[in-house]
Amino acid sequence: MRLSAFDLACRRGGRDVFGGVNFAVASGEALTVSGRNGAGKSSLLRMVAGLLRAAAGRIVLDGGDPELSVGEQAHYLGHQDALKPSLTVAENLRFWSDFLGGSDASTEALAPVGLAMLADLPAAYLSAGQRRRLSIARLLAVKRPIWLLDEPTSTLDAAAQVRLADLMRTHLAGGGLILAATHGALGLDGVRELRLDSAPSASGARP
Amino acid sequence: MSALAAIFVRDLRIAVRVGGSALMGVLFFLVVATLVPFAVGPDLVLLSRIGPAILWLAALLASLLALDRLFAADHEDGSLDLILTGRAPLELVVLAKGLAHWLTTGVPLIVAAPLIGLLLDLDAKAAAALMLTLLVGTPALTFIGLIGAALAVTLRRGGLLLAVLVLPLAVPVLIFGVAAANAAIVGPVPFGTPLTILGALTLASLVVGPFAAAAALRQEME
Repeated sequence: MRLSAFDLACRRGGRDVFGGVNFAVASGEALTVSGRNGAGKSSLLRMVAGLLRAAAGRIVLDGGDPELSVGEQAHYLGHQDALKPSLTVAENLRFWSDFLGGSDASTEALAPVGLAMLADLPAAYLSAGQRRRLSIARLLAVKRPIWLLDEPTSTLDAAAQVRLADLMRTHLAGGGLILAATHGALGLDGVRELRLDSAPSASGARP
Repeated sequence: MSALAAIFVRDLRIAVRVGGSALMGVLFFLVVATLVPFAVGPDLVLLSRIGPAILWLAALLASLLALDRLFAADHEDGSLDLILTGRAPLELVVLAKGLAHWLTTGVPLIVAAPLIGLLLDLDAKAAAALMLTLLVGTPALTFIGLIGAALAVTLRRGGLLLAVLVLPLAVPVLIFGVAAANAAIVGPVPFGTPLTILGALTLASLVVGPFAAAAALRQEME
């Protein structure tokens, strides 16, 4: 499986954010997207997930399911955790697992992220890091080959970051691929980097 | 569980938990409808004549009340992004959310209506006819409201826009809902005529609402 982008351009609110971006990620590979604030890291991930239309260029997935869009074969882990505070930890996870087409044994995914003890707690009482870990459990409960991670390590403590790196390594070893927007290191070896701040805008009128 | 059943059950659960929309809607309905007899005074003839209109107006306002959070809450916490990366068609997801919303906000109004009927001097037959018109008509209010709820997703204070958008579209439902209830109570028009049109409005909104709302949601995610 191979995810490639050709000459991708992004335009937000009448301003060119980036243009001419090319990349390719194959099964077992991870690519980090870096750049200053506002360089379009999140927009790039949203484009791959199909949540944002590219101003130009195209995204191609070779070796995937031709019946499904790229976004439907990808997990999108955004800034928001998509959790309902009135539902319990297990109910939140079970809902996303059912909705995204996962197995019935979704709550088993709570153990790898260290939330098994909190399964019956309403999500309203979780800390920011615990909410993030519950979102990550979604990636384990439903098998999808592409992981699109937007700042996955933010709000995670050191131990949880190590655990996330282990999960990503397992995903890559199983033939998955990862596209991650990040400022820091992911804790993986042999990760390629895509830098987005090649050309600051000509006007220079950035706040 | 299928994706659509999952979102239906999730929305039902959220609505009936503490702070959910189910109890709020019916309480608002009861308060608004109870205020009218105090404002109009103890004129039983007048009250029983305007009773159906009062109950329908209160039902319209109450069903608008929780509607602005229907998609906005999913947008704010990122759920809408994940719904769009799911494999279920967005139109059907919207339909499932609409059904769950009607079950938790529309049905309690229908059950509570006879209580208010007592205050408005409606007899048993009139109250039963009114419940039937609400049962047939309130789904139309929800499914027309879906369109406004989808359009108001990305706006702060979307509830105001929702009311401005949805209330004019709900006028036919209001007209035929009240007409059917009045026909059953005082005549002379047969009860079936306006009720059939009300049913047609509901069926049309069941089809048009989800498609229009899904199109609006897709447009806004860009």
